[in-house]
Amino acid sequence: MAGHAKASGDANTSGHGGHHVVPVRVYLGVFAALLVLTALTTAAAFRDLGPFNNVVALGIAVLKATLVVLFFMHVKYSTRLTGLVIAAALCWMVILVALTLGDYWARGWLGVAGR
Amino acid sequence: MSPDGHATAVHGGGAHAAAAHAGHFDSAEQQRESASLGMWVFLVTELMFFGGLFLAYIVYRSAWPEAFGAASHHLDVRLGTFNTIVLIGSSLTMALAVRSAQLGRRQAVVIFLVLTMILGATFLGVKAYEYHHKAVEHLLPGHGFQFEGADPRHASMFFCLYFAMTGLHALHMIVGLGILTVMLIMGARGRFSAAYYNPIECSGLYWHFVDIIWIFLFPLLYLLERHG
Repeated sequence: MAGHAKASGDANTSGHGGHHVVPVRVYLGVFAALLVLTALTTAAAFRDLGPFNNVVALGIAVLKATLVVLFFMHVKYSTRLTGLVIAAALCWMVILVALTLGDYWARGWLGVAGR
Repeated sequence: MSPDGHATAVHGGGAHAAAAHAGHFDSAEQQRESASLGMWVFLVTELMFFGGLFLAYIVYRSAWPEAFGAASHHLDVRLGTFNTIVLIGSSLTMALAVRSAQLGRRQAVVIFLVLTMILGATFLGVKAYEYHHKAVEHLLPGHGFQFEGADPRHASMFFCLYFAMTGLHALHMIVGLGILTVMLIMGARGRFSAAYYNPIECSGLYWHFVDIIWIFLFPLLYLLERHG
């Protein structure tokens, strides 16, 4: 684990005593991208894309969240240990959702004795 | 974390560098990384906390898609979009407040924090108006619930989840405004510098996390079955 403490050195750090100061134009660019994606998701919701309405809505939400996490929350410039914590959390979320939905999906497959 | 090489380098910098971090850390950098890692551990527990509600939503919506679609039409997309833009804007000003703290610009920290709080309060104001509107329309789940549709029972379930999820989110926003008030006082007193800005960095992480929850709540609750 000791190696992770130094991992920020691998990222694109600029001067400033070891921490990264993100240029304002990066923040403004992310902000503009988030606004465009918000407009896109709202516009897409009013068109009939069949089963893809949900895919587009969730895909855009995931993209927006990724932009916020990487740039506003500085994960792009943070240690790999931070990334590991987030990845672990997402793994547990997938387990939570996948096993629960698997249960509801497969519930009718087998008869219940005595019912 | 085991101590590593850069510790000596920082202590070699003299009393000024040593004063920037607590005694049990090797360096200001290690202290900063520990603080943000700790904040992330807290935020992923928050993710699990909201995750249960998101899961409940997914299960109920896949079971009764028509009732959820009909109920969703009673939400105002314009207000939801407006609030999404407001919250994204507040994330931008929050990021700029943290950046100003990193650069030791005291006045800019105060300005950006005030802007963030104004946008946060705007979001809560619109939310309060929406809640009031739902109450007037008899869409609060319970005895007074009235719904013109095929399946009022499960439309009521949609509104249960709507109020639970947006209510928990709004509660986080209120807590966030409290935290930002403390940051505003610290910032105005010049407590942040290029060497020490952990509190405002962690507050920023919290604020952005709350923004991310809304990024998912908006399409899931407001943009359901809008076409056709």
